[in-house]
Amino acid sequence: MIKVLQSGFYTSVQDLGRFGFGNIGVPNSGAMDQFSSKLANQIVGNNENDAVLEITQGNCSFLFQVKSVICITGADCNPKLNTTRITLNTAIQVVENDILTFKNPIYGVRTYVAVAGGLQTESILNSRSYFNGITPSVRIKKNDLLSISEINTINNQTFATVKINSTHFEVKTIKVFKGPEYELLSNAQKKLLLKHLFTISNDNDRMGYRLKELISNELESILTSAVLPGTVQLTPSGKLIVLMRDCQVTGGYPRVLQLTDTAINQMAQKTTGSTFVFQLIDLDVNF
Amino acid sequence: MNSYKLTYKSFGNRAILIEWPAKIDEKTLKNVILFKNKILKKNTKVILEVITGYNSLTITYKFTIKNIYSEFSVLKSIYLSDFSKIEKKNYRWKIPVCYDKKFGIDLQEISQKNKLEIDAIIHLHSSQIYTVFFIGFTPGFLYLGGLDKRLFFDRKSTPRLDIKKGAVGIGGMQTGIYPSQSSGGWNIIGNSPISFFNPKSEEPCFAKSGDQIQFYKIDCEEYSQIKSLVESGFYKLEREIL
Repeated sequence: MIKVLQSGFYTSVQDLGRFGFGNIGVPNSGAMDQFSSKLANQIVGNNENDAVLEITQGNCSFLFQVKSVICITGADCNPKLNTTRITLNTAIQVVENDILTFKNPIYGVRTYVAVAGGLQTESILNSRSYFNGITPSVRIKKNDLLSISEINTINNQTFATVKINSTHFEVKTIKVFKGPEYELLSNAQKKLLLKHLFTISNDNDRMGYRLKELISNELESILTSAVLPGTVQLTPSGKLIVLMRDCQVTGGYPRVLQLTDTAINQMAQKTTGSTFVFQLIDLDVNF
Repeated sequence: MNSYKLTYKSFGNRAILIEWPAKIDEKTLKNVILFKNKILKKNTKVILEVITGYNSLTITYKFTIKNIYSEFSVLKSIYLSDFSKIEKKNYRWKIPVCYDKKFGIDLQEISQKNKLEIDAIIHLHSSQIYTVFFIGFTPGFLYLGGLDKRLFFDRKSTPRLDIKKGAVGIGGMQTGIYPSQSSGGWNIIGNSPISFFNPKSEEPCFAKSGDQIQFYKIDCEEYSQIKSLVESGFYKLEREIL
């Protein structure tokens, strides 16, 4: 077991998401930054869909009650095992009674902790990703016990530290495709959308990020239709919403842009006040 | 089958959006569902999900789509293919609703503004048969078509934060049931003891696109009885095959 000593600002269990239930209104969910969650799992020798901890803006601590091997990826929140600073993106052996702590982020927003064998919380509708009304909790709480398997040794192959390109956290251009309603925009709106420096407002969470800058908008709502993680909606008030992993499955606002998979992962490492520009790419560019 | 002029669009590099002419009607819905069932039958290896909207299907793929145009032609030939063998059954579900004023907290306001007696509102709401267009917004939230015009009522300008599970509401031209406690801007006229979403059940939501819903009025005592049967798992919903 892992015992939660401090739960932090928003920490949840996530795998790659819940699929096949969109038709009854169930969102995909899953790790916000799947580049980092997959990497953490790979380094400890897990399947990429195994459940990991997703920590938003650090400030939490955990007590390991069994031996295990872990890997921390994503945001650097100055992780320490007991009193020793530990390295990100590498396999770390932990033993019984070790305490893992995170402080404020030095870079990035979301940190991932993979544990060899994966977190064994309850799987509901084929996924362990926390979601309101599906899993018993939405986020972890102090004194929660998270089930893990005892692992005695580090697999030899997993000693290497993976070097991460800092672009993932610092990138200022968010790559997008045209959304289904993009062509309904006027030339002036398109220009604004692709030239403007946008700022993430304080209304941002796992469902979506509202942006501060407005685009004047006369487009009518559409008949309710599917939206996806990474869809950028333009609301009647001119506000843009970048939908993230916990977004609803349908919506009625025009879908003007669609983020690439990589761009969603990069967006997951941004928060209130981060700025970026959208860069339109062609569909046939391989990402 | 009736063929429509459909448009095919890419939706990012892992999804395709197929659109029917922008209209909310049952003929379109039937065609949307038929196409969806054909796709699910023929092409499930590469497809992750097919999401229904009023006049659209969105198909998400497990992998990046390599050639969008060849994928469009695959879908177009599926649309035109013959499809007589698989008929998914649709049902009409009878849903009990308690319209007592302890649940129907906005009945009074609708009554005043729409100049209808409360009994008339209840009668109009429960005598109509509604079609399930699709399920979205939250898990188990049915988008229902067929509300009587006399019951149209604007959404609240400020959403309530604590709408109860089972609340039956009217929002603009639509009616629906909140499957779980949530915030929302619809006007609440009653509450149903039925559970519309149960993640632990083999079939988490009993209804699907193309089904019908008929509400019937129950009193507070019946409400409690049904509620406890639902909670213990012994309540059997009444349904008819369409």
